[in-house]
Amino acid sequence: MKFWMHGMFGAVLAGGIWVAIWQIIVTMALIVTTGAGLTLQAGPALLAGMVAGPVVILYRPPGQLLRHGIGIAVMAALLWGFTLGAPFDPNGLLPVWQSVVAMIIAAAAGWLSLSASIGAMPPTMQARYAAETFYLRLLWGLGLMMFVLIVAIPFYVMVMTSLKSQQSLLANPLDFSIDPAVGGTVLFRSYIELFTEYDFGTLLLNSAIVSVATVLITLLFSVPGAYAVAKLRFPGRKWLSGSVLLIYLIPAIILVIPLYAVFSQLGLRNSLLGLCIVYPATTIPVALYMLRGYFAGLPSELDDAGLMDGLSRLQIITRIAMPLSMPAIASVALYVFMIAWNEFLFAFMFLDDVKLFTLSRGIVSLNSSEVPRQHLMAGAVIATTPVLILFLWFERFLVTGLTAGSVKG
Amino acid sequence: MDQPDRRREGALARREKRLAYILLMPTFLLVLAVVLLPLLANFWISVKPVTLAELRPPSLILKEQVRGDFAGAGDEARLEYRYRNSSIKYPLEDVVFTDSLPAGVEVTSLDPACGLDAGGGLRCELGTLDGKARGKIRIGIRAGDGFTGDKSSFKAGTPEATFTAYNVMTSFDFTLANFERVFSAAEFWDVLKVSVYYTVFGTAGALLLGLFAAQILQKAFFGRPVIRGLMLFPYVAPVIAVAFSWVVLFDPFSGAVNAMLQQMDVAEGPINFFGQRSVTIDVFGFGLTLPMALTMVILFEVWRYFPLSFLFILARMQSIPSDIYEAAEIDGATPIQQFWFLSLPYIAGILAVLFLLRFIWTFNKFDDIFLLTGGNAGTRTLTVNVYEQAFAISNLGAGAAVAVVIFALLLVFSVIFIRFSPKDAS
Repeated sequence: MKFWMHGMFGAVLAGGIWVAIWQIIVTMALIVTTGAGLTLQAGPALLAGMVAGPVVILYRPPGQLLRHGIGIAVMAALLWGFTLGAPFDPNGLLPVWQSVVAMIIAAAAGWLSLSASIGAMPPTMQARYAAETFYLRLLWGLGLMMFVLIVAIPFYVMVMTSLKSQQSLLANPLDFSIDPAVGGTVLFRSYIELFTEYDFGTLLLNSAIVSVATVLITLLFSVPGAYAVAKLRFPGRKWLSGSVLLIYLIPAIILVIPLYAVFSQLGLRNSLLGLCIVYPATTIPVALYMLRGYFAGLPSELDDAGLMDGLSRLQIITRIAMPLSMPAIASVALYVFMIAWNEFLFAFMFLDDVKLFTLSRGIVSLNSSEVPRQHLMAGAVIATTPVLILFLWFERFLVTGLTAGSVKG
Repeated sequence: MDQPDRRREGALARREKRLAYILLMPTFLLVLAVVLLPLLANFWISVKPVTLAELRPPSLILKEQVRGDFAGAGDEARLEYRYRNSSIKYPLEDVVFTDSLPAGVEVTSLDPACGLDAGGGLRCELGTLDGKARGKIRIGIRAGDGFTGDKSSFKAGTPEATFTAYNVMTSFDFTLANFERVFSAAEFWDVLKVSVYYTVFGTAGALLLGLFAAQILQKAFFGRPVIRGLMLFPYVAPVIAVAFSWVVLFDPFSGAVNAMLQQMDVAEGPINFFGQRSVTIDVFGFGLTLPMALTMVILFEVWRYFPLSFLFILARMQSIPSDIYEAAEIDGATPIQQFWFLSLPYIAGILAVLFLLRFIWTFNKFDDIFLLTGGNAGTRTLTVNVYEQAFAISNLGAGAAVAVVIFALLLVFSVIFIRFSPKDAS
């Protein structure tokens, strides 16, 4: 008995799952945006959805607008009925219009996801192909929703917490509502305090100096090196290009103790210069590896033509190879910037002086019971924003960089 | 004709070789200095009885003071040198210090350890000073007629000390005590077990989630580019920001997750997700005990690194020629069959490479666990143990010994990796 391959069973299952999930999501969203203590009614929503499934599959008027309009109305009525007239707010904590809007949103989202999952499936026994297609479509929708939620929620909490005050955070941790009427200085007070009292301007500058220096040093070292490995013949070339990535398998934590000992004695430990030495050493191998692949793809005839015209090898690198491989260099630069900006371990171990802290190092020191949580989150937002802006701006380059170079983490 | 041509080529090849070495030299030197030598130094430190406090070699701390009035001719006073061995453990040998006296100062009495040299300078031989040893040298002085200064005149010439210090870092004293300590510690096998759990489940979880995400984002739909960008956020954002976001999100008292669970009557009281070692779940009357904090750090690892697997798998899947799917479609293969028999073999290579490399990198991971739990509540992995031994307990040698254990395990993994890596690994 392959009941699960029947269209009707699929519709009931999908209906129950989708409407219950949207009920949970809309309830959570309401709690978070209004701060009210609402009760979750997932069970009644599940039942409403299981009734709605057959409706979707049986009721198919020709017009899209008509179909969905009536469908959403039916869905809302079902939700309203199964929850005894109060889908979200049985205790009457919210204004009526908010409850109504929430119900319409939940009904619309539930109905539309459900009918998208069911598609054109008829209420009959399905062939294996059609049944699999249906279940994969259901899984696709659920998976997409799950991924968006699990990725977005921590970032949402990070931003919203940074805008809260200490009292409201303790009074109701679920209240992420923002009241724009309080004005910018109140809303952004955590940020203002970080920049005025915790000297985050200096931290930002230190992070920028170290990251940019790391990018420059990495390129300065790896561009000639990659060119040599890609284009010049010398003994040990094969061995070198094979072993360069092995360096990447050596964990930083093994290097920390000896580097700590030696840098302490050389006076390099508590300094940005020390970081500017350590970071490039960890990024150059992968940069060299990425650029080597790109340089090797450039036709050798270009180099030969350059040599004929009397250019030296260094001129060939700067005038022919580099301009042609700008996309690769941009990828490497962005990737290295990201690594250096996000680096935590060495900054944490090496830097003692507050004036020299990078952002990572500074934010760790905010993680104490004396500093309120919203400051910690504001620090996290300050550290995240530049990399995310760069990432969104140059996503194509960074994605190339990530795939080409980094199975590292 | 042939001969000079080949010689010229030889010269060219030599020049090319030399240029290649010159271009690679800076990289080589930097990597040597910051990666390879420290790696060797780590082995050296691991057999050394060295703690964080002994990182600085012992030295002599010497202070000079004039006691009594000493301004005009005829004044008598006492010149006092107080010395101390800065190390509490290691001796200083052949300790000698010299100091010059201001013009016109006459010495009335000398400590037996001291003498005056031809130029009127003071020279004291203290011999061997044991650890923590301290003492005073007193010299009686009188201001002669030629003396025109006051007490501060003595500050002009600072005493200079010479000694042979015992430097534990460069000496040839070796000990296996660090390794004994590490292996005999009751928690070592727990630490190893936690490391293995973390690595295996973290790697496999991130890989599976990445595979799922790649399947979802493979077909085009409205908003796909935006969602693809969003999916990479956990990996691109600084570890410090996302780790603390999780800590705040799951905080037992002010965290949103706990508040939400209680609000919806799922949990009775606050759950300390990152601070509780284990949790017992009642499954059909059987108490099932699961590690709580460890599961949380594994979930974080999966969450943070699935984007990477996703990116690689998606890139590989998009390079699969679409006609094989069309052919399969005509042959009546169902979607699951298409995935199982067409897609999976295509991405098996990249899955294997990802698994092996991510396995090593997860094993090497330190930041994430350190920031989330500090290695407490049953989440101490080998890497966190390095930090714990070296910097929390201040025993550098023991920390280095743990690092050596990590390195040995890595070698084993790498051998397996090289042995089994697919040929199309690129």
